[in-house]
Amino acid sequence: MEIKVHHAGMQTTVQDLGRRGHLAQGVPIGGAVDPVALRLANLLVGNAEDLPALEITLTGPELEFEKDAWIAVCGARFEGVPSWKPFRVYAGDRLKLGSRIQGCRAYLSICGGFDVPEVMGGRGTFLPAALGGFEGRALRDGDVVRSVPSERVLSGHWSIDERVLPRYSREPLVSVIPGSQADEFGETLYRDRFTVTARSNRMGIRLEGTPIARTSGGELISTAVAPGTLQVPPDGNPIVLMADAQTLGGYPRVGHVATADIPLLAQLAPGDGVRFKKITVAEAHELARAEEHRLALLRQGLSEKIRRA
Amino acid sequence: MKLQPLGDVAVVATLGDAIDPETLGRVLAFASAVGAAESKAVTDIVPAYATVTVFYDSAALHDQPGGAYEAVCRVLQACALKAGAKPAALGARTVEIPVCYGEDYGPDIDLVAEHCRMGVDEVIALHSGADYLVHAIGFTPGFPYLGGLPEALKVPRKDTPRSRVPAGSVAIGNSQTGVYPMPSPGGWQIIGRTPMQLFRPLKDPASLLKPGDRVRFKPMSPGDFELWR
Repeated sequence: MEIKVHHAGMQTTVQDLGRRGHLAQGVPIGGAVDPVALRLANLLVGNAEDLPALEITLTGPELEFEKDAWIAVCGARFEGVPSWKPFRVYAGDRLKLGSRIQGCRAYLSICGGFDVPEVMGGRGTFLPAALGGFEGRALRDGDVVRSVPSERVLSGHWSIDERVLPRYSREPLVSVIPGSQADEFGETLYRDRFTVTARSNRMGIRLEGTPIARTSGGELISTAVAPGTLQVPPDGNPIVLMADAQTLGGYPRVGHVATADIPLLAQLAPGDGVRFKKITVAEAHELARAEEHRLALLRQGLSEKIRRA
Repeated sequence: MKLQPLGDVAVVATLGDAIDPETLGRVLAFASAVGAAESKAVTDIVPAYATVTVFYDSAALHDQPGGAYEAVCRVLQACALKAGAKPAALGARTVEIPVCYGEDYGPDIDLVAEHCRMGVDEVIALHSGADYLVHAIGFTPGFPYLGGLPEALKVPRKDTPRSRVPAGSVAIGNSQTGVYPMPSPGGWQIIGRTPMQLFRPLKDPASLLKPGDRVRFKPMSPGDFELWR
């Protein structure tokens, strides 16, 4: 069915869980900046977790639905729009994601998923290369996007256990694994609070605070970087690379954010703060396992709420 | 070989500390040994200059002794033994890239000529006369980092990067040269443009070049450039 985009919002793109296997060709993993919110949005409407949904940044769109449908909005919260639960929209309804209450990025899923072609093993939009998603670009006013028909029926009147939700905060304490050049920076990263600047985007979150001074070391030879890498350019203001990060980097790496804590960063808006604490690789893997365990429980619970027509 | 974690997602294997063909040969031999090991937990293998970064799925390895990171390190150590000290053969494939030098196609060529104290013709002759080696693909999809730039053509990057460099721009940055496959911001000095597509998302592989390829640039006229397009 068709979904008419009356207003596109600041930056609304189609995203999924990203592309694998193309980093050596310079193609980033991409996909949702907050993959957990996208997975939950899909699960709530009975979709496979990796189906494409809309990633909405700071200012929401206004959408009109051609037919009745189940949708869900997870991640950032918007006034008057239910969060973290499926809800019904009806033919001709206009849904407006107006004032943002909390967070930075929301994921709007629709039962059946958005209908966009697969490019290089993914359906997400990589804006710098005009690759994938809806015509390789962000949605514009007047666009018409399509969803894949679905036969699933959801039973209403329930909500998910708050304990499975990511613990978003405007001042999160984020876990970091020390990076290859960590020894050249001392402990500054773990002492102070950093502020998220407006120059942040899908490629990286730029932080500002007491500059992190590198005490030793020379020019580095570029090596692979990835979402989560905390690199420090010469001005000492750290950048956390996010989903669309370039695949190689030559800046020193003070650390790398644990995969399980990426959603906490994804939801920070300009002006929000962040603090870091040090953990080991094994501890980061444990955090990721615990997250998967929570999602598995949710999947199990949901299987009773959703059936085929 | 030194192994280090890239967070909880990858292991970085460092095989040298120089940008040279010998190091690249060892890097590529190791990368292909890792590829041949066909470990199901490995999702991406990224060779670049002196390192190979191996991305893995930690969930698939959580029950391994010592945890996922240790398990990947053991696989990589075995691969290093298999690859041995024998570097991969480089330049098995030569790709010729036609370039229209100067004018609107290479707006910085006069600046480069002035900086290098030579004529524009000499810049073109030197740049198109050399053999280059692809050391890495990155920055944007399909962007080749090429080593082998003649010493006489070394020019610093621009103080302020351009916010938009046209697709196909051929540029020099310090001792490297490269081609921008798509419009992007860029801080290198642009000396020409190629009509050749270096990134084709609907083809497999999408990137025209890969590390280890040899590249040569061939001057073309503006007329031929427009015809090609």
